[in-house]
Amino acid sequence: MKCRRCSEKAVINMRQHKLALCKVHFLDWIPEQAERFIKKYRMFGHADRVLVAVSGGKDSLSLWDVLWRLGYPADGLYIDLGIDGGLAYSAKSQRLAEKFAAERGLRLHVVSILQEYGETIPEMAERTWRGHTKPCSVCGLAKRHVMNQVARQGDYTVLVTGHNLDDEAAVLFSNTLNWLPGYLLRQWPVLEANRPGLVRKAKPLCRLYEREMAAYALLSGIEYEYDECPHATGSNTIFYKELLNRLEAERPGAKLGFYLSFLQAKQNGLFAADADPGVQALHTCPRCGQPTSAPGECAFCRMVKPADQANSR
Amino acid sequence: MPVKLILRNQEFEVKAGMTLRHCLLKIGVQPEAVLAILDGQMITEEVILQDGQVVKLIAVISGGSRAGQGTHT
Repeated sequence: MKCRRCSEKAVINMRQHKLALCKVHFLDWIPEQAERFIKKYRMFGHADRVLVAVSGGKDSLSLWDVLWRLGYPADGLYIDLGIDGGLAYSAKSQRLAEKFAAERGLRLHVVSILQEYGETIPEMAERTWRGHTKPCSVCGLAKRHVMNQVARQGDYTVLVTGHNLDDEAAVLFSNTLNWLPGYLLRQWPVLEANRPGLVRKAKPLCRLYEREMAAYALLSGIEYEYDECPHATGSNTIFYKELLNRLEAERPGAKLGFYLSFLQAKQNGLFAADADPGVQALHTCPRCGQPTSAPGECAFCRMVKPADQANSR
Repeated sequence: MPVKLILRNQEFEVKAGMTLRHCLLKIGVQPEAVLAILDGQMITEEVILQDGQVVKLIAVISGGSRAGQGTHT
């Protein structure tokens, strides 16, 4: 199979786009597409201060690489969750993020959950009701809190994450299966900072397939955390991705069509603005200053240990 | 000699002469879920695999969460 843009041998065939490309043209194509989506959804411009949340995984490091190549001034944020799982998972991920940043002369902020709050994410999950049997819910809450906090403190105008099309399609699938209007209303490539204390968030990779991003990382020589989070076993996200991939195998482009049709339907007014039963007045958390709908402290501050206990370890 | 496909720490053997895509489907691996490396180069699914070739498969799916898909704010 030949590259569509030249006569070289193709290294990737993207059936969903009816497009096969060689290594050189594929490594051009991904940044071209990302730039196209950044502009289409008005995510940010070259005057913005961009903070990239990096996990050490293929998507976030590839995203940071793409932004760097496109000339966007982007710093990184790595959150050490304290996950070991017998793999030294967090330690290895951090090392890969730091190596990536050092190789390109990029600035990386590192926040340790253990140092800041006195517990690792697995420990927090075990102690709180929120953790139940797995720390994913605790992890998500902590990451969103810390990302927003670091972005605000650093005066960044936009926080970007490496969510790809497969992530978005799996979330959309889950939210549709369960008809969760609040989440469906809020799913969009950009989340505006429409409440005091919130930072604008964007997902430049939202229309790029997970397989495309993995190929980009491999072909670019980006060393990333290949092992899955040890707590991801049996996760709904991976299950839904597998189901959607079965559909994609039979109907190339189905995942992208599903997501884009949803975005179009939303723009056409499919969801009434008051369809979200969770929309409530927000106030400022007295402890951290971030917005919350709950009375008193926000969900994150209620979850972590008080400051005097956090520093005692 | 059969074709060998390696995914993480699992090895699979299939008959030579099939496309990569057919090989993947035969061993129960979704083509969308992997990338394939042969002799250090990424290959596309229509490549016909020959006797004795060893293909390394790179899993691409990641992510894990259980409920409340999406962000609250």
